[in-house]
Amino acid sequence: MILRLAMASLFARALTVGMTILAIALSVALFLGVEKVRTGAKASFADTISGTDLIVGARSGSVQLLLYSVFRIGNATNNVTWQSYQDIAARPEVDWIVPISLGDSHRQFRVMGTTTSFFEHYRYRQGRTLEMASGVVMDDLFDAVIGADVAETLGYVVGDPIVVAHGLASFTEHRDQPFRISGVLERTGTPVDRTVIVSMQAIEAIHVDWRSGAQIPGQSTPVDVIRGMDLQPQAVTAALVGVKSPLQTFALQRAINEYPSEPLLAILPGVALQELWAIVGIAETALLAVSAMVVVTALIGMMATVFSSLSERRREMAIFRAMGARPVTVFALLVLEAALMAAAGALLGLAVLYAGLFVAQPMIDEAFGLWLPITAPGSGELWVLAGVTLAGAIVSVLPALRAYKLSLADGMMVRT
Amino acid sequence: MTQPVLTLSGVVFGWPGRAGFSLSVPEFSVTRGERVLLLGESGSGKSTLLSLICGTVLPREGTVEIAGTEITALSGGARDRFRAEQIGVIFQQFNLLPFGTVADNILLPLRFAPARRGRAGNARQAATALCHALGLPETVLQTRAGTLSVGQQQRVAVARALIGQPPLIIADEPTSALDADSQAAFLDLLFDQAEAQGTSLLMVSHDARLGARFDRVVQIGDIARTERPDP
Repeated sequence: MILRLAMASLFARALTVGMTILAIALSVALFLGVEKVRTGAKASFADTISGTDLIVGARSGSVQLLLYSVFRIGNATNNVTWQSYQDIAARPEVDWIVPISLGDSHRQFRVMGTTTSFFEHYRYRQGRTLEMASGVVMDDLFDAVIGADVAETLGYVVGDPIVVAHGLASFTEHRDQPFRISGVLERTGTPVDRTVIVSMQAIEAIHVDWRSGAQIPGQSTPVDVIRGMDLQPQAVTAALVGVKSPLQTFALQRAINEYPSEPLLAILPGVALQELWAIVGIAETALLAVSAMVVVTALIGMMATVFSSLSERRREMAIFRAMGARPVTVFALLVLEAALMAAAGALLGLAVLYAGLFVAQPMIDEAFGLWLPITAPGSGELWVLAGVTLAGAIVSVLPALRAYKLSLADGMMVRT
Repeated sequence: MTQPVLTLSGVVFGWPGRAGFSLSVPEFSVTRGERVLLLGESGSGKSTLLSLICGTVLPREGTVEIAGTEITALSGGARDRFRAEQIGVIFQQFNLLPFGTVADNILLPLRFAPARRGRAGNARQAATALCHALGLPETVLQTRAGTLSVGQQQRVAVARALIGQPPLIIADEPTSALDADSQAAFLDLLFDQAEAQGTSLLMVSHDARLGARFDRVVQIGDIARTERPDP
């Protein structure tokens, strides 16, 4: 009956109680949403590359190699010679190997030289393959395939010519050899979206007239001459490797790391991603902390409304006291009410979160390539609900103590 | 002489922190089934006296005895419980929790008084019977108390005070919010039911015209002496 009266009392103050619950609900939805985005981002991050067993590059740090080979951030300090690449490719453990050559750019986007096997073996988000939104994989020497962000930002469609610049922030463009867009990739939410992909030979071709990073003055080899040249790559920046059996991964990694002719580094993408996440994850944790503070703010708001309701409810308390309720019952009643409000807010917040997810999930995937899975509330969410309810009860202790003191002093007679 | 239901003897009360104000009641008692009207203007110390009788405040000296129990010797929690068991309280107005149903309000004291709940038997039936006796329609039980008229609310308060047959009912100007006709009708109902249950009634009022209907009329000044600091 006390519970029913508490509920009835809350309903009687529907407006203020509703506002309080709404504030708690929004804060809880924000908190759970941030948590959802956080885990989603972490998963998306870990899903940037999958299906690749090893990434091979010149010896540097594992995070650095991961950054430039997968995320196209930073630069390789050194290349891997074509000879070393061939040696690794010939090893019995290697199932497939995809070369990557970086160093050029188009506008703000990196250009990556590779082979068509890249489209075959590159996997993201638990084994999804790259799909063409329009056009086809590069076929000609001067064909380029562009990611979704490149196409969208620069407004490119299949058939458009593009010019590749040498270096990353250089204004000297390889005007002699204009490329043609042969295909546009579907959005993946990975750095592939921001990449212009050409063939390994194309990378060689645009550097025919260049030596040591500068164009040889007066020399301009016509396109048809280039087409007739032997465009065997001299080096690669990195390589993605798949092994025949997962058991051989570590043996191959060790063999590459101990490769005698050249200092090389082979990393496990998953491990390197974890290392990288440990660095960028701090920002996400900070975001979570901020949204937790929002929940605390909402609960303190509730405490304020409970406080301000006390004076108008002294009569109610006096009736309870006259009927024989002990002051501690009055105290418990207020704590119970606050816990009910907090629980209602938390539940509503969960509902808001799911409603929001259902609406926004495809949009977020489209806009950011961030896939937020909709799953049944797990123990994490239940802990948040329980925690908010408990916190609501705890913050209400202060106003409830005040009510306790008031009802002790007032007794059944309210002196105002 | 029948056994007293309420006895105050040698009671001296001083509000803590309010030096100078004190209330002393050397001797006052109400016998079983007696109807007593306590006349006094506001400020005459009647609120304090009622608080002393109900056990929400304790006297500095003296004893308050209700139905054979010296409540001044009980702990705070035990006094609250005792009040729930033994005393029905009717206020001037705003007696009810407006958001609760009439049934919730009538049954509320039983929530804190297991023995009284036992005396009430089937509490719902008892509530229905009381409503019937007090001229309230049966459908009123499930309505929200806040939607009733003042007169109906006061009758619900009577039902709440009577349920479970407490030996003593304290009424603090229960008729002052009612018009003259309603006052008479209200008192008839209250007296009938109190008599039917053998309940003593101590009613506080400033209206001496009501006196004729009571067994005994007491001026608060005759039993209690208040002292307050000179202004």
